[in-house]
Amino acid sequence: MKLTVWTYEGPPHVGAMRVATGMTGLHYVLHAPQGDTYADLLFTMIERRDHRPPVTYTTFQARDLGADTAGLFKSACQDAVDRFKPEAIIVGASCTAELIQDDPAGLAETMGLGIPVIPLELPSYQRKENFGADETFYQIVKALAKPVARTERISCNILGPTALGFRHRDDIQEITNLLYELGVEVNVTAPMTSTPSDIARIGAAHFNVLLYPETGEAAARHLEKTFDQPFTKVVPIGTGATHDFIAEIRMLTGSTAPLDTDRLRQTWWSRSVDSTYLTAKRVFIFGDGTHVKAAARIARDEMGFEVAGIGCYNREMAREVRAVAKDHGLTALITDDYLEVERAIEELQPEMILGTQMERHIGKRLGIPCAVISAPVHVQDFPARYSPQMGFEGANVIFDTWIHPLVMGLEEHLLHMFRDDFEFNDAAGPSHHGGHAPAGKATQETPDPAQQTDVVVWLRDAEKELKKIPFFVRGKARRNTENFATQKGLAEISVDTLYDAKAHYAR
Amino acid sequence: MTHQMTPAPAIGCRSAPVLKQRGQREVFCGLTGIIWLHRKIQDAFFLVVGSRTCAHLLQSAAGVMIFAEPRFGTAILEETDLAGLKDAQAELDRTVKELLARRPDIRQLFLVGSCPSEVIKLDLNRAAERLTVQYAPKVRVLEYSGSGIETTFTQGEDACLAAMVPVLPTTDARELIVVGALPDVVEDQMLGLLADLGINPVRVLPARTIDSEMGVGENTLFALTQPFLGETHAALTRRGARHIAAPFPFGDEGTTAWLAAIAAEFGVDADTFQRVTDAPRRRARQAIAQAAAPLNGKSVFFFPDSQLEIPLARFLTRECGMTALEVGSPYIHDALHGPDLDLLPAGPQISEGQDVDLQLDRCREVRPDLTVCGLGLANPLEAEGLSTKWAIELVFTPVHFYEQAGDLASLFARPLRRKDILGVAKTPASEMCEVAQ
Repeated sequence: MKLTVWTYEGPPHVGAMRVATGMTGLHYVLHAPQGDTYADLLFTMIERRDHRPPVTYTTFQARDLGADTAGLFKSACQDAVDRFKPEAIIVGASCTAELIQDDPAGLAETMGLGIPVIPLELPSYQRKENFGADETFYQIVKALAKPVARTERISCNILGPTALGFRHRDDIQEITNLLYELGVEVNVTAPMTSTPSDIARIGAAHFNVLLYPETGEAAARHLEKTFDQPFTKVVPIGTGATHDFIAEIRMLTGSTAPLDTDRLRQTWWSRSVDSTYLTAKRVFIFGDGTHVKAAARIARDEMGFEVAGIGCYNREMAREVRAVAKDHGLTALITDDYLEVERAIEELQPEMILGTQMERHIGKRLGIPCAVISAPVHVQDFPARYSPQMGFEGANVIFDTWIHPLVMGLEEHLLHMFRDDFEFNDAAGPSHHGGHAPAGKATQETPDPAQQTDVVVWLRDAEKELKKIPFFVRGKARRNTENFATQKGLAEISVDTLYDAKAHYAR
Repeated sequence: MTHQMTPAPAIGCRSAPVLKQRGQREVFCGLTGIIWLHRKIQDAFFLVVGSRTCAHLLQSAAGVMIFAEPRFGTAILEETDLAGLKDAQAELDRTVKELLARRPDIRQLFLVGSCPSEVIKLDLNRAAERLTVQYAPKVRVLEYSGSGIETTFTQGEDACLAAMVPVLPTTDARELIVVGALPDVVEDQMLGLLADLGINPVRVLPARTIDSEMGVGENTLFALTQPFLGETHAALTRRGARHIAAPFPFGDEGTTAWLAAIAAEFGVDADTFQRVTDAPRRRARQAIAQAAAPLNGKSVFFFPDSQLEIPLARFLTRECGMTALEVGSPYIHDALHGPDLDLLPAGPQISEGQDVDLQLDRCREVRPDLTVCGLGLANPLEAEGLSTKWAIELVFTPVHFYEQAGDLASLFARPLRRKDILGVAKTPASEMCEVAQ
């Protein structure tokens, strides 16, 4: 038993729903009690979809348990096929139905439905949403993909995008255009945008572009083995990664088509002198493994930040994120407990967080700005405008998104100089986020005396001096000074210690 | 006491045939009630013993509320709990210990059963008894089921309140208990009205904290403010209390009839009743008249959601000039819904339970001006050109009693007003129906 208030990932059958909802002509018959229908609103509300997810729930009740839940499943299955006329169905059980062991797969297979029936085994008490999506897509591909002749012109499939994915809608468009410029046609994009008959001809492509390893890697590996289709290893998030991705495509296809990079503004925006203030800002990165890996590279190599902490919530990516962490001289935090993430952020006092919606809230509580880089998604992660994360436009979008929460360069200096101005002071927060003015910030930032005393004591003057430092660097100054004092074996911190530490950490 | 009241229709809906279909039910489970109960009962924590799905439901339905250190959580069952490798009861004890250590302010702990905990027959009753002894007198531990195989949406509150009834002390006092979780401001208005009528003291279930002086016995009278409290009704009746049947306090008519039924029990004279209710009634009628203008002459179709459907259909048809086409309720309980059904003019199809696909067919067939439905259906129906009102908002918004009557009407009017402002009717259908991706 694990006490949980909030989770980064839903149960595995929600992952299966993300696959089914992204597709058309596929229906999911889910053996589940009535409450599980809540999952529909994730799609109709968060993603604002204008169709119900293609899911039929058996919605069994307690009184059915002693009777015939298997019969209920069969009639739900038959009704769904009659009404929605899908090309194929996937069948499975949610957590409760898994316990009653009706074997939906076996039942559906004996019904003679006349369409492919794809059984799913998603262990609800061991695995989570991403696994559910990855496994479901793999089972669909395994069941439906047929040997077909390769397309005449060089083509690829795009694998991994699902419903309720973080910017998948726009990433697909960006990468499709990029591939087109390179002279590569897209055969099938799946699961999102595909139908079961598209999956049948997935083998016609020459190779696969794996955009989201979380939800498409099992299928990509299967296709590599079965249809001899290699798949791309670089996820094109960030300028550097996009260039690497292009090189990988050129290697796979021999394409020498010229690329127009005029619309890539991020590189110049980053070099422009107004961005100097970004230098070595300490950032904490947390999210799904793929987006975290990409963010770490962008943060250091393209924004000039210093990565102060890094981690991911999906254990499947632990190995890769640990390797990235090592490269940054860090130890990765692999956990799905947001309280642990909160503790890590509190401890590290970064100047910025790149995280999920949960880290955004942690940041609000701690007074640390945050940009969202990864699922789990929120209604805000479905902007009306075109807003990809991948490719050159994605690099531009990321630059804008990341600097938006920060106090900008000149403003930062002005706050240092005139910090007591009654209107323009640091408690008011970045001026372009007026109204955010966190009234409680001062109290939140007051350190817990209990934590303080067992390290070193702040003398009154030093404490006062510390308060003169703007809020967005105060946490760091406090931490640096305390570390410095501990290193020097000091029991007390005076104004001199504060400035000695400042000199020590100067950069 | 019925002066100035609109007469009841010659034929109401109480004896109308009820359509019962059995298919997919598109409803929340009872766990959802935790979202408002944990705010209402300020010293309580709700610990769901369930699966990752339960936790995901709560965080999805509660949205941002989750970020404000909620007084609820889920003890997620893991493979080892199911395989019997660990004693689930011992695991639960460990989890509760961890929780109470982190939240020393908690005085009442509800262990909430879920679909998986019920299927594996995890005995939460035994656990609650054991933990009550262990943590007495500081923390009281109760249990109820919010599972989707036992409860639909608002029935979770019913199960929670029903679980509190057996532990109420016995009293011989002739006192009124008002049952149902209301927003604090509405509860205070209600207590004010009852006090002005000279009815004192009035107890409220659920009380805001464990320290209330509520008792129950043969002389207790109780009134319900929510139409989904069937189990609590039964539990109070078992303790000897008597229910004051009345329409539910929505709108001018419902509130007046509800107060009148209580006033009659407590011998309040007509003059006092009129003096106390005149001004707020006038305000309510005025507010409804302003807010309900867009509703007049329009039709409404209710999908089953919260059991509020029948009283709300009564309000919309009798006070806002609407015509009900279908009134679906997850469950219909004659002792609770009868008085409202009596007032609801014959005509609409009354339905209980659901086969969502067949009901959608009926809805598309009659194309109502306004469809009241859950969040999973609202956007898809809007995309088909129907106007919808999310039913869940009716449970989360102050809508009871006189001062909220206008707000209640405007909740229904807003989708119609909005469509009017946006000129949606003028948008070509092809543009409107373009798929979101």
